[in-house]
Amino acid sequence: MSRYSALALLRGALTGQRHWDRAWRDPEPKQSYDVIVIGGGGHGLATAYYLAKVHGVRNVAVLEKGWIGGGNTGRNTTIVRSNYRQAPLHNFFEFGLKMWESLSDDLNYNVMFSPRGALLLGHSDADMARLAQLGDALRCDGIDAELMSRDEVARFEPSLDVSDRARFPIHGGLIQRRGGTARHDAVAWGYARAADGLGVDIIQNCEVTGFAMAGGTVTGVETTRGRIGAGRIGICVAGNSGHVARLAGIKLPIESQTLQAFVTEPVKPMIDTVIMSMTLHCYISQSDKGGIVLGGDPDRFPSYAQRGLPPQIEKAATEAIALVPALSRLRMVRSWAGVTDMSFDGAPIIAPLPVDGLYLNGGWCYGGFKATPASGWMYAHLLATGESHALTRPFALDRFARGATIDETGSGPQPTSR
Amino acid sequence: MLLITCPHCGNRAQTEFDYVRTLDSIVTLDMAPEAAMTTLFERSNPRGIDDELWRHSHGCRQFMMLRRNRVTHEIASITPWGAA
Repeated sequence: MSRYSALALLRGALTGQRHWDRAWRDPEPKQSYDVIVIGGGGHGLATAYYLAKVHGVRNVAVLEKGWIGGGNTGRNTTIVRSNYRQAPLHNFFEFGLKMWESLSDDLNYNVMFSPRGALLLGHSDADMARLAQLGDALRCDGIDAELMSRDEVARFEPSLDVSDRARFPIHGGLIQRRGGTARHDAVAWGYARAADGLGVDIIQNCEVTGFAMAGGTVTGVETTRGRIGAGRIGICVAGNSGHVARLAGIKLPIESQTLQAFVTEPVKPMIDTVIMSMTLHCYISQSDKGGIVLGGDPDRFPSYAQRGLPPQIEKAATEAIALVPALSRLRMVRSWAGVTDMSFDGAPIIAPLPVDGLYLNGGWCYGGFKATPASGWMYAHLLATGESHALTRPFALDRFARGATIDETGSGPQPTSR
Repeated sequence: MLLITCPHCGNRAQTEFDYVRTLDSIVTLDMAPEAAMTTLFERSNPRGIDDELWRHSHGCRQFMMLRRNRVTHEIASITPWGAA
């Protein structure tokens, strides 16, 4: 694999840039692997990369039913942040945020991480009290958070309507300046290239259709490209976790729902941060290409269709225009939906399953993209050692039975309201 | 948008309805604690057809059972639920 660098680019200029290798191989599946990761999204590819790089487990395959990064990795709003109130969540996501800061160097691939700030808006006194409490919780664990007055918000992001007659009055905000966005496709491609370089087989168009078991232990997978043996198998298919776990006869505390996002026509830079409102559940950012990326609520009923329905588009657009009135002049060019694993407390599951040799990484609700590096790191740790990393021990499967849920929104055991 | 035929009101827009839970996740009062936990938290979550409890919340407020395909969004049947 040739390394990407300015020098290599200059050298290539003499030969018409024809010296570049393909970024990753397209191997035939071997008969068996030490570890199989099911799912070639960002999380699965990152898991394979850290298995090879950190734990020296290089006899690894990533099986992807379609093409890598074609699922939720390519369908999110690319927001990266770690400002969750509960310690198990913010400590985990902060571990990830630190990885994002040096990810491009680590992968030798520009993931275009842009720490432009993640701004949470407060729309009432109660909101501001909640944001102050959130900020305190974060700062206690050494994570950056700054409470902003209305005037400070107006100076920081002038496109917001902070007037008294705004539909959703803005009282202030809480900013995490180290948060921001990254290029989602580049994350998948960067991890794929780096994992492939360490010997990982990335096998696309290979859907898992069943599990091979012997005496209560999983010994391999049945796929559309034949049976492949494995010592350990990691499910990493968020959105379809329920479907794949069922192939092994396991029911999960997860319900699949669609979440939509939308993008407008590209315009000159007008929003240079990530605007979020937890009260409205609306988030707005501008991609490097210029499109305004909007997201909102899930469709609130179970669905595996990778398309959403108009009511949520209308709701998100209404809220976004109320916050940033200038958006009303823009045309929406595209909307799409991803299938999300809605867990019953809003937190992920990274844990062994009740079948020996089988593991789960899922339940990301609609917050999985930002977790990509940390999720891969932690899942690799679990698959290599058989033990959960200290930071992911709270994300065990039995937390529901133990009453140890990590319910960030305090909305109870409902997969519909996160 | 889905068009849902309420057994009491006829064709209505999806926005008038709320999805409540799947039929196999209804916890009954006489359930043993262990069974109640399993029923409350575990889902078969099929990539296909399932039976779901919906409510015409912004209409007649009655519950109904939808047999629905979760990939195509096709509604196979709608039946009234609970005491009339």
